[in-house]
Amino acid sequence: MPLLDVRHLTTRITTGRGTVRAVEDVSFTLEAGETLGLVGESGCGKSMTGLSLMGLLPPGGGIAPGSSVRLDGRELVGLPARELRRVRGNDIAMVFQDPMTSLDPTKTIGRQIAEPVLLHQRCSRAAARERAVEALGLVGLPQPRRRLDDYPHQLSGGQRQRALIAMALANEPRVLIADEPTTALDVTVQAQILALLASVRARLGMAMILITHDMGVTAGNIDRVYVMYAGRIAESAGTDRFFHDMRHPYSQRLLASVPRLDQDPLGELPTIPGLPPDLLDPPAGCRFAERCPYATQRCRTEEPVLRGEHGHKFACWHPVRGPVPVAAPRRAPADATAPGPGTATTGDEMSATLPAKRAVSARGPGQPARAGGPLPATTTAVERDEPAPAAGVPLLEARDLVREYPVRGARLPGRARRVVHAVSGVSFSLAQGETFGLVGESGCGKSTLGRLLVGLDRPDAGTVALDGTDLGSLRGRALRRRRRDLHMVFQDPFSSLDPRMRVGAILREPLQIHSVGTAGEQRARAAELMAEVGLPERGLDLFPHEFSGGQRQRIGLARALALTPRVIVADEPVSALDVSVRAQVLNLMKRLQAAHGLSYVVISHDLAVVRHLADRIGVMYLGRLVETGSAEDVCERPAHPYTAGLLAAVPVPDPAAERAKRGHAPSGEPPDPVAPPSGCRFRTRCPLAQARCADEEPAPRAFGPGHAAACHFPLRAPLPEQPDAAGVVPQVPTK
Amino acid sequence: MTATDPAPLAEGPPAAGSPTGARTPAAGRGLGGPAVALLRNRRARAGLVLIALVALFCFAGPLFYRTDQVTVHLDLAELPPGGGHPLGTDANGYDVLGRLMAGGRSSLELGFAVAVATTVVGTLYGAFSGYVGGVTDSLMMRVVDTFLAVPGLVLLLIMVSMFSPSLGGIILLLSLLSWLSPARLVRGEVLTLRTREFVQAARMMGGTGPRVVLRHLVPNAAGVVIVSATFTVADSILMLSTLSFLGLGLPPPNADWGTMLTGGLDFLYDGYWWLVYPPAALLVLTVVAFNLLGDALHDALDVRLKRT
Repeated sequence: MPLLDVRHLTTRITTGRGTVRAVEDVSFTLEAGETLGLVGESGCGKSMTGLSLMGLLPPGGGIAPGSSVRLDGRELVGLPARELRRVRGNDIAMVFQDPMTSLDPTKTIGRQIAEPVLLHQRCSRAAARERAVEALGLVGLPQPRRRLDDYPHQLSGGQRQRALIAMALANEPRVLIADEPTTALDVTVQAQILALLASVRARLGMAMILITHDMGVTAGNIDRVYVMYAGRIAESAGTDRFFHDMRHPYSQRLLASVPRLDQDPLGELPTIPGLPPDLLDPPAGCRFAERCPYATQRCRTEEPVLRGEHGHKFACWHPVRGPVPVAAPRRAPADATAPGPGTATTGDEMSATLPAKRAVSARGPGQPARAGGPLPATTTAVERDEPAPAAGVPLLEARDLVREYPVRGARLPGRARRVVHAVSGVSFSLAQGETFGLVGESGCGKSTLGRLLVGLDRPDAGTVALDGTDLGSLRGRALRRRRRDLHMVFQDPFSSLDPRMRVGAILREPLQIHSVGTAGEQRARAAELMAEVGLPERGLDLFPHEFSGGQRQRIGLARALALTPRVIVADEPVSALDVSVRAQVLNLMKRLQAAHGLSYVVISHDLAVVRHLADRIGVMYLGRLVETGSAEDVCERPAHPYTAGLLAAVPVPDPAAERAKRGHAPSGEPPDPVAPPSGCRFRTRCPLAQARCADEEPAPRAFGPGHAAACHFPLRAPLPEQPDAAGVVPQVPTK
Repeated sequence: MTATDPAPLAEGPPAAGSPTGARTPAAGRGLGGPAVALLRNRRARAGLVLIALVALFCFAGPLFYRTDQVTVHLDLAELPPGGGHPLGTDANGYDVLGRLMAGGRSSLELGFAVAVATTVVGTLYGAFSGYVGGVTDSLMMRVVDTFLAVPGLVLLLIMVSMFSPSLGGIILLLSLLSWLSPARLVRGEVLTLRTREFVQAARMMGGTGPRVVLRHLVPNAAGVVIVSATFTVADSILMLSTLSFLGLGLPPPNADWGTMLTGGLDFLYDGYWWLVYPPAALLVLTVVAFNLLGDALHDALDVRLKRT
């Protein structure tokens, strides 16, 4: 008898707009010690399945008759609330996604972990407290006894997630449901938390349900994969089998649309056009049919049944065979096969719903759209009177940038001046048409650096030069004119657009600020921009909240393009988006770059995204660039131990690669940027650190043309000391 | 501030089903969304209907029911309801029903005037203070704190006893006292709004301060502003009544509900109920109506904010 036996689970949620069919006929079994993965995009019913098992549905939610959830043979559906409460938090426990909001900020960690113990076991407060200490030790929080009286805000994100897991484990549940437990965390911390979950599962013999959208996490941490789409199971298989012989087109596309660290970023990512269906009124037939390239009439009318054998089942009338063939094998000679940007041809994205696609493809991705645009050429080319870029002068150059924020309250007399060292002496340069990627954990200063580049913030020292002109020396009008060349795309598509403005007004705003063209020309330009990012023109009259996240990010890109800038700084452009939408936006960014000769600075915590977009990569740690080099050099031949650690932490969507992974993710979390470690800032987490690292700050050394790293004990032999001919110096050591 | 945004939240269910605003375009036009939400709210409907009735009574009423509210007719004083006077007459021989209309007119005029004045001044002051920040913000807010520290009623009483009040004068005085709370509300709102990325985007494009404040900050703070303006109407009407009740309101022959109440109380023990209950009831009704509307507005605008 399986530990957990779910049959025909169907969940409905009644809302003001109708009944949402959130989960439809989901069946699976789970054995003790096994990890099952629910995989899919957001809104596909993964979380709802988890909540249904726990009996924690939102108001209006209910499990339909005919559903059955058996835990050790005991039926949970229809159990009285009192009985169910005894199961919940005791036999089945849940870890939620966001450690920032899942803990009560007014109670100590100790009390919160002891709470489920007190609820479910007859024991004294002191005993419950002891249990909390044990649980905290189990999840690897150092000095658990001292942590007990801490409040959530005193812990870092990773520590909070550990505390949440400790809370779930306090009663040694038999089934643990982890709902995107690492989505809100850095890759390095994600690796630690996933390893922790695996180890406690093994030690306690628990069964685990891991809910995730990340194919990499799936490959490395799950025994059986259940792909969900629109509330239904689309495919289920053992992990190895799934990754090598997937049959459902959705699984195939989902995997293919993820940019991968272990592949050369050639051409465009395959995407899934459109969006998941509205579960208020799911389509008849196969729910994926509308987005499926193989769909036929039968798919639209007849619902496919889940079929298959040997534990591999799929619901599809026209199954595929295995994953999309990988375009380029790893370590292919990059210069031989790489087509130039702009020769990429895929154009299938957005084709399903958007009439504007015609406008884009008619123009062709290679031709600059602005040349034929209705905006008079004079306003863009003449007024700008740009100096011809002198040979050897990079388009954008940052030199020794320093930004330090005073800590709150530090200005009061009698207190030492304490500052956050956000950016400490960063230099790099960007050539025309090039993409520079900045990666690092959160808090490493990469976003601050981005703000310095576009002039949202002023450096305390150092310069940002565009075409050799120091932006810091410009004031008023001249600065405003220069700003037309620099633009930014923000992370959050929900807060980067003014909710009270129509999209048309949002796109016209930069033109109005710079008095470009007449009102009519501005309107025409806005329409043209919409077409360029693949949105229909009628969208101009809508408000931002009427668009999905991916569409809003397109609007953000359109706004950034309005003044035909030369450099766009993109701060986490896709991290708030769903997997399939992410691929669409990444493709669009590449296409726009090819069409306009744009230069990008892409800031992301996601190495795979950066690898996909960037020509060169800079790795930041605690305000410093520790390694720079071509994307290939940094990802394939890292010299700095931190880079290697980051690379090891990124989950790869390939079970074999995940098992064969060498190297370790850095342990712990970055130290406080108020008091960075002496010498090499990475030394506190570095496996290779020695005494010298604490005393002496490493100077950057060259490891190849354009490849440099600042480390005393690099992973590869540096080039012999010589004046750096390439002029690539990632940072100049400052005292 | 980089990696904390959870992916699944972004492609949330509300928009997921409708590619590119396939939803009816009317749904989100202008204030259409909140207006619809507002009209669905029972409190809002009740408040709006009541306000409309009171306004109709005060402004359109005198067109059909003409009375003399200027000349004193001591011979007609304190007549009980009946005959030519549906609600009787007061100590000066004024018709009570007609006087209720006239009094309501000055009350409503005052309420709206104060609300508009304080909203405009308070919003701009608060938005500017919050946007500029730093020392300027601190100074501007200390000014507000100082004003708030002065007991309003005492100040009013002093001013009113020093200068003979007119409706305009009282409007000015009340506005001076009540622009403070919208200023603080708007500043608080702006402090959170200005860190939002769309504001940063406007600054990065080279948008000037006034542009950012007027085009982005003020429209987005409009929710709290509208709600507070609604409550200000009710508060000002009450304040005027308080002043009048203390005998420091509008000088006769001007009418207002507070003065009518004071006059009526003197005769309460004589059983002249028609001098007390009608103005009291109208006052309560009007204030309740504005509060109902304010509450409902708050909810309606909140819903919209959640949706976006």
